[in-house]
Amino acid sequence: MSTLRVPVNPRDHRRGGSNARVALVEYGDYQCPYCAAAQPVVRSLEDRYGAALSVVFRHFPLVEVHPFAATAAEAAEYAGDHGLFWEMHDLVFANQHRLSVQLLFAIAGTLRLSQIGLRDSITRTLHAEKIQSDFIGGVRSGVNGTPSFFVNGRRHEGAFTVPELAASIQAAMDVLAPVR
Amino acid sequence: MPAILAAGTAAPAFTLRVTPDQTLSLTEFAGRRVILAFYPADWSPVCGDQMTLYNHVLSEFRNKGAGLLGISVDGPWCHQAFARDRNLHFPLLSDFHPKGEVSRAYGAYRDDVGESARALFIIDETGTISWSHLSPVAVNPGADGLLEALDQMPNLEQNDVDAQSSRQSA
Repeated sequence: MSTLRVPVNPRDHRRGGSNARVALVEYGDYQCPYCAAAQPVVRSLEDRYGAALSVVFRHFPLVEVHPFAATAAEAAEYAGDHGLFWEMHDLVFANQHRLSVQLLFAIAGTLRLSQIGLRDSITRTLHAEKIQSDFIGGVRSGVNGTPSFFVNGRRHEGAFTVPELAASIQAAMDVLAPVR
Repeated sequence: MPAILAAGTAAPAFTLRVTPDQTLSLTEFAGRRVILAFYPADWSPVCGDQMTLYNHVLSEFRNKGAGLLGISVDGPWCHQAFARDRNLHFPLLSDFHPKGEVSRAYGAYRDDVGESARALFIIDETGTISWSHLSPVAVNPGADGLLEALDQMPNLEQNDVDAQSSRQSA
Protein backbone atom coordinates (compact mmCIF):
# COMPACT_ATOMS: atom_id res chain seq x y z
CA MET A 1 0.00 0.00 0.00
CA SER A 2 1.62 3.24 -1.13
CA THR A 3 1.42 6.20 1.17
CA LEU A 4 1.88 9.91 0.60
CA ARG A 5 5.46 10.81 1.54
CA VAL A 6 5.01 14.58 1.40
CA PRO A 7 2.21 15.69 3.76
CA VAL A 8 -0.14 18.47 2.69
CA ASN A 9 1.77 21.70 3.37
CA PRO A 10 1.49 25.46 2.85
CA ARG A 11 3.15 25.28 -0.59
CA ASP A 12 0.25 23.18 -1.84
CA HIS A 13 -2.71 24.51 -3.77
CA ARG A 14 -5.68 23.54 -1.70
CA ARG A 15 -9.37 24.26 -1.92
CA GLY A 16 -12.37 23.23 0.14
CA GLY A 17 -12.86 23.13 3.88
CA SER A 18 -9.95 24.61 5.84
CA ASN A 19 -10.70 22.17 8.66
CA ALA A 20 -11.73 19.37 6.32
CA ARG A 21 -11.65 15.86 7.78
CA VAL A 22 -10.49 14.39 4.52
CA ALA A 23 -7.80 15.66 2.15
CA LEU A 24 -7.87 14.37 -1.41
CA VAL A 25 -4.45 14.85 -3.03
CA GLU A 26 -4.25 14.48 -6.80
CA TYR A 27 -1.06 14.11 -8.83
CA GLY A 28 -1.92 15.22 -12.33
CA ASP A 29 -0.71 16.38 -15.73
CA TYR A 30 -2.58 19.12 -17.63
CA GLN A 31 -2.15 17.31 -20.93
CA CYS A 32 -3.22 13.89 -19.65
CA PRO A 33 -6.69 12.98 -20.96
CA TYR A 34 -7.43 10.79 -17.93
CA CYS A 35 -6.74 13.76 -15.66
CA ALA A 36 -9.14 15.94 -17.64
CA ALA A 37 -11.76 13.20 -17.40
CA ALA A 38 -11.25 13.03 -13.63
CA GLN A 39 -11.93 16.75 -13.08
CA PRO A 40 -15.74 16.57 -13.17
CA VAL A 41 -15.47 13.62 -10.79
CA VAL A 42 -13.43 15.69 -8.33
CA ARG A 43 -15.91 18.60 -8.61
CA SER A 44 -18.77 16.25 -7.94
CA LEU A 45 -17.00 14.92 -4.81
CA GLU A 46 -16.40 18.50 -3.64
CA ASP A 47 -20.12 19.22 -4.05
CA ARG A 48 -21.05 16.07 -2.19
CA TYR A 49 -18.75 16.47 0.81
CA GLY A 50 -18.63 20.26 1.07
CA ALA A 51 -16.51 21.55 3.97
CA ALA A 52 -15.63 17.99 5.03
CA LEU A 53 -13.32 17.63 2.01
CA SER A 54 -10.31 19.57 0.83
CA VAL A 55 -8.64 18.99 -2.51
CA VAL A 56 -4.94 19.44 -3.29
CA PHE A 57 -3.43 19.36 -6.78
CA ARG A 58 0.24 18.54 -7.32
CA HIS A 59 2.06 18.53 -10.64
CA PHE A 60 3.18 15.30 -12.29
CA PRO A 61 3.94 16.45 -15.85
CA LEU A 62 5.13 13.68 -18.19
CA VAL A 63 6.84 16.12 -20.51
CA GLU A 64 8.39 13.57 -22.85
CA VAL A 65 4.96 12.44 -24.00
CA HIS A 66 3.03 15.64 -23.20
CA PRO A 67 4.98 18.59 -24.62
CA PHE A 68 2.61 21.24 -23.15
CA ALA A 69 2.37 19.71 -19.68
CA ALA A 70 5.23 21.67 -18.08
CA THR A 71 4.20 24.97 -19.68
CA ALA A 72 0.64 24.49 -18.49
CA ALA A 73 1.90 23.71 -14.97
CA GLU A 74 4.01 26.88 -15.11
CA ALA A 75 0.93 28.88 -16.15
CA ALA A 76 -1.10 27.45 -13.28
CA GLU A 77 1.66 28.34 -10.80
CA TYR A 78 1.92 31.83 -12.26
CA ALA A 79 -1.84 32.24 -11.83
CA GLY A 80 -1.36 30.88 -8.30
CA ASP A 81 1.05 33.72 -7.51
CA HIS A 82 -1.93 36.01 -8.16
CA GLY A 83 -4.46 33.94 -6.23
CA LEU A 84 -5.98 32.38 -9.36
CA PHE A 85 -4.45 28.87 -9.40
CA TRP A 86 -7.75 27.01 -9.39
CA GLU A 87 -9.30 29.30 -12.00
CA MET A 88 -6.41 28.55 -14.39
CA HIS A 89 -6.45 24.85 -13.40
CA ASP A 90 -10.15 24.46 -14.17
CA LEU A 91 -9.97 26.35 -17.48
CA VAL A 92 -6.92 24.42 -18.71
CA PHE A 93 -8.60 21.09 -18.03
CA ALA A 94 -11.92 22.28 -19.49
CA ASN A 95 -10.11 23.29 -22.71
CA GLN A 96 -7.54 20.49 -22.78
CA HIS A 97 -8.58 19.34 -26.26
CA ARG A 98 -7.08 22.60 -27.61
CA LEU A 99 -4.20 22.99 -25.15
CA SER A 100 -1.46 25.19 -26.58
CA VAL A 101 0.69 28.11 -25.49
CA GLN A 102 -1.83 30.44 -27.18
CA LEU A 103 -4.63 28.92 -25.11
CA LEU A 104 -2.70 29.57 -21.88
CA PHE A 105 -2.27 33.23 -22.85
CA ALA A 106 -5.94 33.48 -23.79
CA ILE A 107 -6.95 32.08 -20.39
CA ALA A 108 -4.58 34.50 -18.69
CA GLY A 109 -6.35 37.30 -20.58
CA THR A 110 -9.76 36.01 -19.51
CA LEU A 111 -8.55 35.95 -15.90
CA ARG A 112 -7.14 39.50 -16.27
CA LEU A 113 -3.63 38.25 -15.51
CA SER A 114 -0.65 40.04 -17.05
CA GLN A 115 0.33 38.27 -20.25
CA ILE A 116 3.83 39.74 -19.97
CA GLY A 117 4.08 38.23 -16.51
CA LEU A 118 2.96 34.88 -17.90
CA ARG A 119 5.49 35.13 -20.72
CA ASP A 120 8.30 35.78 -18.22
CA SER A 121 7.16 32.92 -16.02
CA ILE A 122 7.10 30.50 -18.96
CA THR A 123 10.36 31.58 -20.63
CA ARG A 124 12.28 31.71 -17.35
CA THR A 125 10.53 28.61 -15.93
CA LEU A 126 10.16 30.50 -12.67
CA HIS A 127 8.24 27.68 -10.98
CA ALA A 128 10.32 24.75 -12.25
CA GLU A 129 11.62 23.96 -8.77
CA LYS A 130 8.11 23.70 -7.29
CA ILE A 131 6.89 21.60 -10.22
CA GLN A 132 9.88 19.24 -10.05
CA SER A 133 9.55 18.97 -6.30
CA ASP A 134 5.88 17.98 -6.70
CA PHE A 135 6.97 15.40 -9.29
CA ILE A 136 9.72 13.83 -7.19
CA GLY A 137 7.49 13.77 -4.10
CA GLY A 138 4.98 11.89 -6.22
CA VAL A 139 7.57 9.41 -7.48
CA ARG A 140 8.68 8.82 -3.87
CA SER A 141 5.06 8.19 -2.92
CA GLY A 142 4.73 5.51 -5.59
CA VAL A 143 2.87 7.57 -8.20
CA ASN A 144 3.25 5.53 -11.38
CA GLY A 145 0.93 7.38 -13.74
CA THR A 146 -1.68 10.10 -13.80
CA PRO A 147 -3.99 10.83 -12.26
CA SER A 148 -3.03 9.31 -8.90
CA PHE A 149 -5.12 10.10 -5.84
CA PHE A 150 -4.30 9.87 -2.13
CA VAL A 151 -7.06 10.04 0.46
CA ASN A 152 -5.74 11.17 3.84
CA GLY A 153 -2.34 9.93 2.75
CA ARG A 154 -3.43 6.52 1.51
CA ARG A 155 -3.28 5.73 -2.16
CA HIS A 156 -6.66 5.29 -3.87
CA GLU A 157 -6.33 2.00 -5.74
CA GLY A 158 -9.70 2.00 -7.51
CA ALA A 159 -11.05 3.66 -10.63
CA PHE A 160 -11.34 7.45 -11.00
CA THR A 161 -15.12 7.41 -10.69
CA VAL A 162 -17.43 9.11 -8.19
CA PRO A 163 -18.55 5.83 -6.54
CA GLU A 164 -15.02 4.44 -6.15
CA LEU A 165 -13.41 7.66 -4.95
CA ALA A 166 -16.39 8.29 -2.64
CA ALA A 167 -15.83 4.82 -1.17
CA SER A 168 -12.20 5.73 -0.38
CA ILE A 169 -13.29 9.05 1.14
CA GLN A 170 -15.99 7.33 3.19
CA ALA A 171 -13.44 4.78 4.42
CA ALA A 172 -11.17 7.63 5.54
CA MET A 173 -14.10 9.27 7.38
CA ASP A 174 -14.98 5.98 9.06
CA VAL A 175 -11.41 5.71 10.35
CA LEU A 176 -11.77 9.15 11.95
CA ALA A 177 -15.30 8.62 13.32
CA PRO A 178 -16.17 4.93 13.31
CA VAL A 179 -19.78 4.13 12.44
CA ARG A 180 -21.48 2.64 15.51
CA MET B 1 5.33 -16.76 -10.98
CA PRO B 2 9.04 -17.26 -11.62
CA ALA B 3 11.57 -16.94 -8.79
CA ILE B 4 13.85 -14.04 -9.66
CA LEU B 5 17.51 -13.83 -8.66
CA ALA B 6 17.89 -12.39 -5.18
CA ALA B 7 20.21 -9.77 -3.72
CA GLY B 8 23.76 -11.07 -3.23
CA THR B 9 23.74 -13.14 -6.45
CA ALA B 10 26.32 -12.39 -9.14
CA ALA B 11 24.50 -10.75 -12.06
CA PRO B 12 24.54 -13.09 -15.09
CA ALA B 13 26.58 -11.55 -17.92
CA PHE B 14 24.85 -10.77 -21.22
CA THR B 15 25.30 -9.13 -24.59
CA LEU B 16 22.09 -8.09 -26.33
CA ARG B 17 21.05 -6.06 -29.36
CA VAL B 18 20.29 -2.48 -28.37
CA THR B 19 19.63 -1.16 -31.89
CA PRO B 20 19.32 -3.05 -35.18
CA ASP B 21 23.11 -2.79 -35.66
CA GLN B 22 24.59 -2.43 -32.16
CA THR B 23 24.95 -4.61 -29.10
CA LEU B 24 25.41 -3.73 -25.45
CA SER B 25 27.07 -5.87 -22.76
CA LEU B 26 26.61 -5.78 -19.02
CA THR B 27 30.42 -5.64 -18.71
CA GLU B 28 30.26 -2.10 -20.15
CA PHE B 29 28.78 -1.09 -16.78
CA ALA B 30 31.64 -2.57 -14.72
CA GLY B 31 32.49 -0.19 -11.88
CA ARG B 32 29.07 1.51 -12.17
CA ARG B 33 25.57 0.82 -10.96
CA VAL B 34 22.82 -0.11 -13.33
CA ILE B 35 19.10 -0.81 -13.06
CA LEU B 36 17.69 -3.64 -15.21
CA ALA B 37 13.97 -3.26 -15.84
CA PHE B 38 12.56 -6.42 -17.43
CA TYR B 39 9.04 -5.86 -18.82
CA PRO B 40 6.58 -7.91 -20.85
CA ALA B 41 6.02 -5.94 -24.04
CA ASP B 42 6.59 -2.66 -25.86
CA TRP B 43 3.30 -0.80 -26.51
CA SER B 44 1.27 -2.54 -23.80
CA PRO B 45 -0.47 0.01 -21.56
CA VAL B 46 1.23 -0.83 -18.26
CA CYS B 47 4.73 -1.18 -19.79
CA GLY B 48 4.28 2.06 -21.68
CA ASP B 49 3.40 3.87 -18.43
CA GLN B 50 6.27 2.22 -16.55
CA MET B 51 8.92 3.04 -19.16
CA THR B 52 7.54 6.59 -19.55
CA LEU B 53 7.73 7.08 -15.79
CA TYR B 54 11.33 5.80 -15.63
CA ASN B 55 12.22 8.06 -18.54
CA HIS B 56 11.16 11.02 -16.39
CA VAL B 57 12.97 9.74 -13.29
CA LEU B 58 16.18 9.08 -15.26
CA SER B 59 17.96 12.19 -13.97
CA GLU B 60 17.15 11.14 -10.40
CA PHE B 61 18.55 7.62 -11.06
CA ARG B 62 21.69 9.20 -12.58
CA ASN B 63 22.04 11.57 -9.60
CA LYS B 64 22.26 8.44 -7.51
CA GLY B 65 24.91 7.00 -9.80
CA ALA B 66 22.74 4.44 -11.58
CA GLY B 67 22.16 3.85 -15.28
CA LEU B 68 18.98 2.25 -16.61
CA LEU B 69 18.36 -0.51 -19.15
CA GLY B 70 14.94 -1.77 -20.24
CA ILE B 71 14.75 -5.41 -21.41
CA SER B 72 11.96 -7.28 -23.17
CA VAL B 73 11.69 -10.00 -25.82
CA ASP B 74 10.66 -7.47 -28.48
CA GLY B 75 12.97 -7.14 -31.48
CA PRO B 76 15.30 -4.16 -31.94
CA TRP B 77 13.13 -2.59 -34.68
CA CYS B 78 10.12 -2.73 -32.40
CA HIS B 79 12.17 -1.20 -29.56
CA GLN B 80 13.33 1.55 -31.87
CA ALA B 81 9.79 2.51 -32.88
CA PHE B 82 8.59 2.35 -29.26
CA ALA B 83 11.51 4.43 -27.94
CA ARG B 84 10.92 7.06 -30.63
CA ASP B 85 7.21 7.21 -29.95
CA ARG B 86 7.75 7.73 -26.21
CA ASN B 87 10.93 9.86 -26.46
CA LEU B 88 12.82 7.39 -24.29
CA HIS B 89 16.35 8.48 -23.35
CA PHE B 90 17.67 5.13 -22.14
CA PRO B 91 18.49 1.90 -24.02
CA LEU B 92 15.99 -0.89 -24.60
CA LEU B 93 17.62 -4.31 -25.02
CA SER B 94 16.19 -7.11 -27.14
CA ASP B 95 16.12 -10.48 -25.42
CA PHE B 96 14.94 -11.74 -28.77
CA HIS B 97 17.35 -14.46 -29.88
CA PRO B 98 17.66 -16.96 -28.38
CA LYS B 99 14.32 -15.77 -27.14
CA GLY B 100 14.19 -14.88 -23.45
CA GLU B 101 17.61 -16.35 -22.65
CA VAL B 102 18.74 -13.43 -20.49
CA SER B 103 15.33 -13.06 -18.81
CA ARG B 104 15.50 -16.76 -17.97
CA ALA B 105 19.01 -16.37 -16.49
CA TYR B 106 17.58 -13.74 -14.10
CA GLY B 107 14.53 -15.89 -13.29
CA ALA B 108 12.41 -13.27 -15.00
CA TYR B 109 10.87 -15.23 -17.88
CA ARG B 110 7.26 -16.37 -18.08
CA ASP B 111 7.23 -19.60 -20.03
CA ASP B 112 3.44 -19.70 -20.24
CA VAL B 113 3.23 -16.53 -22.31
CA GLY B 114 6.76 -16.27 -23.73
CA GLU B 115 7.45 -12.84 -22.27
CA SER B 116 9.75 -11.33 -19.66
CA ALA B 117 8.24 -10.87 -16.22
CA ARG B 118 7.93 -7.38 -14.75
CA ALA B 119 11.09 -7.55 -12.68
CA LEU B 120 13.59 -4.98 -11.43
CA PHE B 121 17.23 -5.49 -10.49
CA ILE B 122 19.89 -3.10 -9.24
CA ILE B 123 23.38 -4.32 -10.07
CA ASP B 124 26.16 -2.74 -8.05
CA GLU B 125 29.61 -1.62 -9.16
CA THR B 126 31.04 -5.10 -8.49
CA GLY B 127 28.49 -6.84 -10.73
CA THR B 128 26.43 -8.20 -7.83
CA ILE B 129 22.67 -7.89 -7.62
CA SER B 130 22.03 -5.59 -4.66
CA TRP B 131 18.21 -5.42 -4.87
CA SER B 132 15.50 -7.15 -6.89
CA HIS B 133 11.75 -6.94 -7.10
CA LEU B 134 9.09 -8.91 -8.99
CA SER B 135 5.82 -7.12 -9.71
CA PRO B 136 2.54 -8.72 -10.72
CA VAL B 137 2.34 -8.38 -14.52
CA ALA B 138 -0.60 -5.97 -14.35
CA VAL B 139 0.99 -3.72 -11.73
CA ASN B 140 3.30 -0.85 -12.61
CA PRO B 141 5.80 -0.94 -9.72
CA GLY B 142 6.58 2.78 -9.90
CA ALA B 143 10.04 4.07 -9.02
CA ASP B 144 9.79 4.49 -5.24
CA GLY B 145 11.25 1.05 -4.46
CA LEU B 146 14.20 1.63 -6.80
CA LEU B 147 14.98 5.07 -5.33
CA GLU B 148 14.77 3.77 -1.77
CA ALA B 149 17.08 0.86 -2.60
CA LEU B 150 19.57 3.23 -4.27
CA ASP B 151 19.42 5.52 -1.21
CA GLN B 152 20.39 2.61 1.00
CA MET B 153 23.47 1.67 -1.02
CA PRO B 154 26.77 3.05 0.29
CA ASN B 155 27.93 6.05 -1.67
CA LEU B 156 30.40 5.19 -4.38
CA GLU B 157 33.38 7.34 -3.27
CA GLN B 158 33.13 5.93 0.25
CA ASN B 159 33.11 2.48 -1.25
CA ASP B 160 36.32 3.10 -3.21
CA VAL B 161 38.06 4.17 -0.01
CA ASP B 162 36.81 1.06 1.78
CA ALA B 163 37.96 -1.16 -1.07
CA GLN B 164 41.40 0.40 -0.99
CA SER B 165 41.78 0.12 2.76
CA SER B 166 40.68 -3.52 2.73
CA ARG B 167 43.28 -4.26 0.04
CA GLN B 168 45.94 -2.58 2.12
CA SER B 169 45.03 -4.49 5.24
CA ALA B 170 44.90 -7.80 3.36
